[in-house]
Amino acid sequence: MSETQAAPIPVTVLTGYLGSGKTTLLNRILSEDHGRKYAVIVNEFGEIGIDNDLIVESDEEIYEMNNGCVCCTVRGDLVRVVEGLTRRKGRFDAIVVETTGLADPVPVAQTFFMDEDVRAKTQLDAVVALVDAKHLPLRLKDSREAEDQIAFADVVLLNKTDLVSADELAAVEATVRAINPHAVIHRTERAGVDLKKVLGQSAFDLKRVLDDDPDFLEEAAHAHDDHVCGPDCDHDHDHHGHHHDHGHHHHDHDHAHGASPIHDVTVTSISLRGGPLDPKKFFPWIQALTQEQGPNILRLKGIIAFDDDPDRYVVQGVHMIIEGDHQRPWRAGEAKLSRLVFIGRNLDAEELEAGFAACAAKAKAPA
Amino acid sequence: MPSIAAYEFSDFVETACFLNDRPAFALADGTLRLPAGGEKALTLHEGGLLSAVYDGFGRRLLSGGEDGRVVATADGESAEELASIGRKWISAVAGGPNGAVGFASGRSAYVLAAKSPLKELPHPRTVEGLAFSPKGLRIATAHYDGASLFFPATDAVPTMLGWKGAHLDATFSPDGRFLVTAMQENALHGWRVEDGKHMRMTGYPSKVKDWSWSAKGRFLATSGAPAAILWPFSGKEGPMGKAPLELGTRGDSMVTAVACHPAEDMLAIGYADGMILAVRFADSKEALIRRGGASPVRTMAWDGKGRLLAFGAEDGEAGVVDIAG
Repeated sequence: MSETQAAPIPVTVLTGYLGSGKTTLLNRILSEDHGRKYAVIVNEFGEIGIDNDLIVESDEEIYEMNNGCVCCTVRGDLVRVVEGLTRRKGRFDAIVVETTGLADPVPVAQTFFMDEDVRAKTQLDAVVALVDAKHLPLRLKDSREAEDQIAFADVVLLNKTDLVSADELAAVEATVRAINPHAVIHRTERAGVDLKKVLGQSAFDLKRVLDDDPDFLEEAAHAHDDHVCGPDCDHDHDHHGHHHDHGHHHHDHDHAHGASPIHDVTVTSISLRGGPLDPKKFFPWIQALTQEQGPNILRLKGIIAFDDDPDRYVVQGVHMIIEGDHQRPWRAGEAKLSRLVFIGRNLDAEELEAGFAACAAKAKAPA
Repeated sequence: MPSIAAYEFSDFVETACFLNDRPAFALADGTLRLPAGGEKALTLHEGGLLSAVYDGFGRRLLSGGEDGRVVATADGESAEELASIGRKWISAVAGGPNGAVGFASGRSAYVLAAKSPLKELPHPRTVEGLAFSPKGLRIATAHYDGASLFFPATDAVPTMLGWKGAHLDATFSPDGRFLVTAMQENALHGWRVEDGKHMRMTGYPSKVKDWSWSAKGRFLATSGAPAAILWPFSGKEGPMGKAPLELGTRGDSMVTAVACHPAEDMLAIGYADGMILAVRFADSKEALIRRGGASPVRTMAWDGKGRLLAFGAEDGEAGVVDIAG
């Protein structure tokens, strides 16, 4: 019996524009001696220098699901190829999916949640975005995909750092931060990063997500300290014509403001925090919210403290898909805080803040 | 209890069938195993086998592999290469009348008909599945947003049968009147070929991954639910307005494979826990064929006389059951 319930195969998704260094990284994953065997799904064999029967070419096929939800899309080619690859046990240890430069990372990720067969056999490990430090400003002007890829990533490789000056690099990194405050950023030349920092991240594993990030709650507790807006702070970027909708509320909106001269960013991050919540209020709220605003939400992550619940509850979501589970008991001395982060477009911070606040558990009358 | 000859293979059993009355098992590792009367193995594909179907027209097994080849074997002793398209996966194969063979790779379907060169039928989207009509040379392809009907012997434009969503496999009713597809959603879709009339077959809790036409094409039996779901196709309207037959309902396991008996109105039902039941349509009477196993039943096939049932499971367990005991 044990073999059919084998551990799910981890899947790493590589995104990034043409020329950002995906092929270089892939060739390293395929050739370096790390003791693991990877199956790689690519859009084109192209310049992969290694001859390996586990490199599979597939035509990107985005399938909309017939359930009335416009953002419920899966990658049909991945459903088929993953099914084919996972029939045989022990052939490889993990899968890497390389996407095309213009690919939307969302259907790729959703495939691992929405397709029952893929979900049963694999586990999305992390979405890794490669960013060409030299050309990112141009890419962001060109297209929404470049921004989506960064916004959606767990790990960002800021590559080709040797082609830019220190100032340029700082500006590009600030831009990446502004789009996605929670991704782990590594600066690299020729995709030269320790593969341990790219593979095996468990970024979507509910049991581990956010647990390796002790700052997640801490940050919440101290958010106000590192977010002092001076009178000249102009992070209400209405002059760009984008609807950031984040005025001065008491949420910390995690914006690396003023840091990004190449600010064509339309993605915002909204971070909500509070004390213990009432599950009877929280679940209906988050369900309704993801149903109504799913298309605007690229990702959400959170740790929730429920009243009378000794365990931390973790949630994550992609568009309208949301999943949650108990993670581990709150440790002695650990402050029971709730924190929820949204990355998306056209998010109404005030409304989110109010909705979240309304989920607070009522303080109990002393017995 | 019927008697079972049990086998334990090293890999996932994709397709079980009978070749010249001998049970044969095509494994995902690319080999064909003929365990009866001395273990025999024939390599069909290097790398791995992706799709294999028993071609009832040509009485042979057709398979496609990671090696970009399509091969056929009628006796399990030797395999004939029918086509080779290079470093591409062959994701679906189908057999048709008069030795016709169809296969799919990426956004193309290919047809090999007697005395004609290989014909490529390019599609705008991936060809997920294909099936030949039982009469004449007509092939249906399943793809995103519907199915297409080609007369591959001509250059006529295909007839598009549209239905929103991703269609992953196709089958014609044995009389050729209906085309049915399995979808990415937990549903089947059907068309009456004559006028394109739609038939929606929904309500499955899971994807439909196996199907089998009953004797004389009266029912299409399907997996994808805790019972085998049999849609009636004997009337002019197909299953529309009629309730499907549900056989072998279980509360604790899903149906993963189905095989209709070649002559009787009886169905072999394989479950996710490895159990196999034989169930009669008329009175739903069940007979236990196999108690269970370590993994889901993937494939089942009856021999021509309807006495032996070959089955294969995902972890390599397989067997041949003699229902006469």
